[in-house]
Amino acid sequence: MLQSVMAIAPRAVETKLRAEDINMVFRRDGKSTNVLDNINIEVGKGEFLCLLGPSGCGKSTLLNIVAGFLEPSSGAVRIDGAIVNGPDPRRIFVFQERGVFPWLTVEGNIGFGLFKMSRVERERRIEHYVKLVGLGGFEKAYPQELSGGMKQRLEVARALAVNPDMLFLDEPFGALDSITRLIMRGELLRLWEAERKTIIFVTHDIEEAVQLADRVVVMSARPARIQRIVKINIPHPRDISSRRYLELRDGIFAEIGLAHQI
Amino acid sequence: MAYGIHLRPLVFISVLLVAWQFAASRQPVHLLPDPVQVGGGLVELARRGLLLKYIVASLFRVTWGFSLAAMIAIPGGLAIGWHRRTEMALNPLIQLLRPISPLAWIPISILWFGVGDVAASFLIFLASLLPLTVTAINAVKSIPAVYVNAGRNFGLSSAGLVYRVLYPAVIPQLIIGLRITLGIAWLVVVAAEMIAVNSGLGFLIVDARNAGSRYDLVVAGMVTIGIIGLLLDMSMRSLEGVRSLRWSYSED
Repeated sequence: MLQSVMAIAPRAVETKLRAEDINMVFRRDGKSTNVLDNINIEVGKGEFLCLLGPSGCGKSTLLNIVAGFLEPSSGAVRIDGAIVNGPDPRRIFVFQERGVFPWLTVEGNIGFGLFKMSRVERERRIEHYVKLVGLGGFEKAYPQELSGGMKQRLEVARALAVNPDMLFLDEPFGALDSITRLIMRGELLRLWEAERKTIIFVTHDIEEAVQLADRVVVMSARPARIQRIVKINIPHPRDISSRRYLELRDGIFAEIGLAHQI
Repeated sequence: MAYGIHLRPLVFISVLLVAWQFAASRQPVHLLPDPVQVGGGLVELARRGLLLKYIVASLFRVTWGFSLAAMIAIPGGLAIGWHRRTEMALNPLIQLLRPISPLAWIPISILWFGVGDVAASFLIFLASLLPLTVTAINAVKSIPAVYVNAGRNFGLSSAGLVYRVLYPAVIPQLIIGLRITLGIAWLVVVAAEMIAVNSGLGFLIVDARNAGSRYDLVVAGMVTIGIIGLLLDMSMRSLEGVRSLRWSYSED
């Protein structure tokens, strides 16, 4: 008995977020489209969770609901026990790198959410996060003068600067080239290990999900249901040629119904 | 190389002036004054103090009408664009008024304000109001949702959202709209001055023709209008070079 409980929860992890019976129906021109079908998820404090599914399946919609930008047709999201009814600076949504403000410099972007702080405190934080994401020397640069990877790092820094407990990342590395994407994954893991935020990360990239997540939530095509939840119990840094990694990855490929061959 | 850019148009204009001078000297009937006569006209106007006086009069009306229109149209247009229902309600009216040339308002504006500065400024105001409103509406509608969502996510109040997201996001488009509209205003002021007032560059042209067919002064007035228009446009354009605005004008 005790053993089975231990198997489910190896550490006594506090629940951070609970999505209960989420349904989402979009109505447009008299037609209604069922996007999310009875989604139930629990996310532990400090956990790195990936939502994985085919493009257009509704995983971004789910992330927008969880972040408070959309209201579900039925069901509720609770964070720390309280029902979510709008966006909140304690939980920052990171878009693809398009989300940085082009009219602000690197400093201006990172300091954007720090308007309630004293000047000294704000400058100290900006300096810290500029360094943390490796943008030292670019403080006065505008986003259009930065590369895609740098813009993405800037957006992550802007999010971290307000010290949120959760980060929601919506295919954040989707627009980057494959080499930059690999580097960014490593950097995100480094930041996550340093700051231990709870992260929900939406992706359609199976490898990305298995490289990053504690658990991967595999979602079906529309209307999205939770098809399976896969626990990735490999410690970081992960060896992406190890047998365990390949097993888990191929398991998900099979789950989605893709033969792992081209 | 750098001054090739400035030199080439100057050389071209000089060639045209010479050709004009040559052609004008051979015309059998008097169709157009030659450049030397026009230059003489400009000097004469400057000496009589009229050139500066008329330029100031025209610019004064444009400044008033245009600024007043901008002060109303920009906040108004932003608010209309932000609230979709207001836009749906007002759009047909805007589209109905838009094809009416500002010049069609000349009789009404004289009826209301008499012949004078106010009537002319009012026409500039009308000419600028709708284009600027439409620019502001479209600018606010085209703000990417990511910026607004990010602003809300960081906990901005409504006022904060307006000043820190909405406003900076629309400025580049507003500047383009202001530039185009200022061009329209400058066109309209000349036409308005031909009828509604007794001073200004438009009046100069009509007056020079009516009082003695002084076509050298007519063309001198036209040249002045062109030069001032060019300067106005260049000053608006220089705003597009501001570093924090450059993002929207370059292809990414």
